Parts: sequence; structure tokens; C-alpha cells
Amino acid sequence: MKVDLTVNGKDITADVEDRMLLVHFLRDVADLTATNVGCDTTSCGACTVLLDGESVKSCTVLAAQASGHEITTVEGLASNGTMHPVQRAFHEQHGLQCGFCTPGMVMAIVSLLRENPHPTEEQVRTGLEGNLCRCTGYHNIVRAALAAAEVSS
Amino acid sequence: MIPSSFTYKRAGSAQEACDLAAEYGEDAKYLAGGHSLLPLMKLRLAAPEVIIDLGGLRDLSYITDQGSHVAIGALTRHHDVEHSELLGRGVPLLASAAGQVGDPQIRHRGTIGGSIAHADPASDLPAVLLALDATLIAQGSDGSREIPIGAFFEGLFETVLEPGELLTEIRVPKPAAGARGWSFQKFTQRAIDWAIVGVAVQGRQVALVNMAGTPLRAAAVETALAGGASPADAAAHAAEGTSAASDIRASRAYREHLARVLVSRALTEAGSRG
Repeated sequence: MKVDLTVNGKDITADVEDRMLLVHFLRDVADLTATNVGCDTTSCGACTVLLDGESVKSCTVLAAQASGHEITTVEGLASNGTMHPVQRAFHEQHGLQCGFCTPGMVMAIVSLLRENPHPTEEQVRTGLEGNLCRCTGYHNIVRAALAAAEVSS
Repeated sequence: MIPSSFTYKRAGSAQEACDLAAEYGEDAKYLAGGHSLLPLMKLRLAAPEVIIDLGGLRDLSYITDQGSHVAIGALTRHHDVEHSELLGRGVPLLASAAGQVGDPQIRHRGTIGGSIAHADPASDLPAVLLALDATLIAQGSDGSREIPIGAFFEGLFETVLEPGELLTEIRVPKPAAGARGWSFQKFTQRAIDWAIVGVAVQGRQVALVNMAGTPLRAAAVETALAGGASPADAAAHAAEGTSAASDIRASRAYREHLARVLVSRALTEAGSRG
């Protein structure tokens, strides 16, 4: 079937299988491979992207469902070579080790801060319950989210 | 993992959705937010031949004050139920429970109607709406009908909805004075998030998550409360009439224990809010 998505501001029209998942559309059709497939069961959040500005798990959305909508992946955050405040905060607060969960974490935090620009530490921890990290123990990720909120205020 | 092949149809209206469902019958499934159905399809536990996407039916996403009740469109997302001022003020049990479904990403996609129609006894909102005595509106090719939620769930993933019928609205009565105490308790393993056991209390109405093949009211607890029992004494009856499963996460005996503990906590908390 024909789908028509706006990905990181660019219109992409493609003929895909009805059953194609959004994450595979992003990686295999749009050639944007930063979004990872982790658990593939809506649990780990590695595949988190923004759909019309809100975080979703792209392993559990059909490309067909996203047709006509705007998708933002982590590749779409930086502008003119300048990192997004959340990306910069991950760098400065050492918010990653292996990096596999990072694209999803960053997108989940971008969505969280849009809904709640000044979260408490507890709200950040609760807001990230859909994203798993097996390296950091989360502390520096939470610090990065709080630092990004501070910078943006 | 990808689902087995299916044909995707996008409905432009509730009527078109019903017509498509009537045309394809048992081979078709409605897709709302997809956060219950798509995981099952990826595991090949469900393999519908036709998917009827309801995502375009924006007119079924609303929360409106109807005086004695709040009307909620079936495609209203958990995120919108959670943040509704009207529900936060009038039916805080529902707003609070919706904010505990899954995680933020799931709440951005999952819908109240999808959760009810999917009829998973481990889901939170079916039991919450049972405690609230909600009424469901289903549209079919021949018009609409009202279904009391107590008559809606038939078994594991089974409801009284006929092929071709579409759940369109959930009507939630505003709790009356004297029945405004509420509580929602669920016991989970964080990484999975489904309730091992959950309890919803509104006034003296008590419903259980994951204690049988369907969500159910804790009738013995309600009878004890009506007879003047204390929360602790009433909660001792929480496992009566249940048929909880034993599985990899909990034995039946453990679930029965949890039900008694959580009902006691919920009744106490509801009492403090009454």
C-alpha cells in the first residue's frame, strides 16, 4: 500500500507491505538507522520516536497508521550542526555507556519536557518508565533530563 | 517480529468501520491505538486477515460533561483521560488509573475503548469502569445499543460485541455524595507493568483486576461493607468468588493474598478520601 509520512521535515512516499512496522519504515525505507529495535515487544523503548510531537514506540505502530503524520527521529533533533539541549545534556552528564537505548531515551525526554518543562526528579524517573537502560543505572540519564530542563528554562 | 500478512483498511467514519466489519466478519479486527492487538499479532497469537484502522475517527475522541455522567469517546487516549480536568475533578479514579496504564508512550497511543473491547482481565481500565458502573454504547449496522459494563465481558478476550459492532462511547456516572471515596491499587513487576493483581474502589463498589477470566466485582466484599464491616474485615472476603490463574509470575494463592491486602489498602484509602 502507498504511505505518505513526513519524517524529520521531509515528505516520504513509498509503497510498502500493509504489515510494515513504523520502525522498519524508518530504518529500511527512510534509511534512518539511529532508531533501534530493542525488545520488539513495546517494553524497552529503544525504538521511541515522536509522532506528531509525542513519544511512541515505533515497533508497535504500523507505517500505515503513521501515514499522513509527522515523525521525528533522533536524527531530526539537531539543527545546523547544533545539538538539541537534550542531546547536549546527555553528552555533558555522561548519560550513556553503550548507547543502544540512547536514541529512544533522548526522544522520550524531549516528549516529557514538552509536556512538563520543569519536572521533578521523581517525575523524570516515572516519565522514563517506558525506557530501559542496562548500563547506566539511570542516574546520569535522569541528571541529563534535569539539566536539559534547566538549560531550556 | 512482524505480524502475519493482512489487508489494511482505514475507516473514514464509524459507519464505514461497521460496514467494513460486517463485510469481513470474523476475519476482521478493529485497530484503535493498537497497543494490545499489535503485540499479539507480532507474537502470532492473533492473525486477523483484515485490519480496520479506526485511527482516523477523530470525532470519537472526546470527554464531555453530560450532567449526571461524563461521556468519553471510545477512541480517547489514556493520555487524554489522565489529563482531563473534567475527569480529574468529577471521576478522579478513572483519571488516576488511566495515568498508570503502561508507560507514557503507551498512553500516547492506547485508547479507553480499545482497552475495554480487548477485554484482557489483566488490564486496568475494565475493572475501573466496572467499579464505576459505566454504560457502554455500541454502534452496529442497525443502530446503537446500551450495554451495562457488568454484562459486557464474557470471558478471556471475549465480549458481547457482535462482529460488525463498534464500541463508540463510555458513559461514566459521576459518583454521588457519600460515594466519592476512591482508590486504585495495583501490584506489578515494573519492567512488565501488567497488574499481577489490581483493585479499583469507588465508594462501596469494589472491582478486581486479574483475579478471573474477566474483570469482576468483589461481591462478597461489597456485601460485608453493606453489613457494616470494617475495611479490614470486608477485605478478608476479597478472594471469594474469584478464579485467579497460576502462572509464571504468581501462584493463585499469592494472587488471593494480594487481593486481600490490596482491597484492605484500597478501602482504607477510599475511606480517607470520602
